[in-house]
Amino acid sequence: MRAFYGTHLANGFMLGTAQYPSPAILSDAFQRSGASVATVSLRRESGQDRAGQDFWALIQNLGVHILPNTAGCHTVKEAVTTAHMAREIFGTKWIKLEVIGEEDTLQPDVFGLTEAARILSDDGFQVFPYTTEDLVVAGKLVDAGCEVLMPWGAPIGSGQGLNNLFGLRAMRAHFPDIPLVVDAGIGLPSHAVQAMELGYDAVLLNTAVAKAGDPAQMAQAFAAAITAGQMAHAADPMEARDMAAPSTPLLGKAFLS
Amino acid sequence: MKLQLNGATVLSKATTLAQLLDENNYGAATVATAVNGTFVPATLRAEHTLSDGDQIEVLAPMQGG
Repeated sequence: MRAFYGTHLANGFMLGTAQYPSPAILSDAFQRSGASVATVSLRRESGQDRAGQDFWALIQNLGVHILPNTAGCHTVKEAVTTAHMAREIFGTKWIKLEVIGEEDTLQPDVFGLTEAARILSDDGFQVFPYTTEDLVVAGKLVDAGCEVLMPWGAPIGSGQGLNNLFGLRAMRAHFPDIPLVVDAGIGLPSHAVQAMELGYDAVLLNTAVAKAGDPAQMAQAFAAAITAGQMAHAADPMEARDMAAPSTPLLGKAFLS
Repeated sequence: MKLQLNGATVLSKATTLAQLLDENNYGAATVATAVNGTFVPATLRAEHTLSDGDQIEVLAPMQGG
């Protein structure tokens, strides 16, 4: 697996921490997933109930890499300020950069994304940009300093899977040395297998695990799928063909008609 | 002085950001701060002077995808 800004991850499983039925189930899901990265966010904290402090203690106990996000940011200024706040709190240069451009699809504003990526990269951040599969945008993100690209599979939380296999395959081919992560839209382990079979380095998902009837079991299923897809890619899959090709030898077949 | 703290109006006697956090029971909590949309590092809170009408955001780690 390619390194993420010099960090070699144990596996290609990046798991979100939102929407679980309880903190205990979140912990259980992470334990059974073996995920190497947890995504987190920043939200307003009350001086009275301090909900964020308990959550932070729980996350620190998971023993995984922390990837803070700028979820919900719609402008470059919002995203850059949030990234600075995240760097101070979480003590990491990593930032999952989201600049949302459209409410119904949560599609990234790729123009704002590129601008924010350049500002943050110049300031020493290691940017994980949530982007589309657009190759031109991807090239501009790399020019801006991004050493990782995270194209969406489908709209966030939709569970539709990989809506543009051609585009994701093309991105892999165009950026052979860049770590690629399918971020968003994954609903089933089979979607994760597809991403890894394409040669992606990781998948980032949240809702598919958190909203499953049994999140911990689904997390384990995803872990197995990610491993299977990664192994399959490494094994160099056969080429698909349009017509049948018998696998059983014809030579030596009895004449029985 | 009237301030906006995480979107709520508060009346405060604090003159600095650090004093405002103490006044509102944040103590040693793990939080990050911004004033009027600009990040204020923890190391600068004690010297960051507040003005009437300032909008202060106090954020903490939270669930995210």
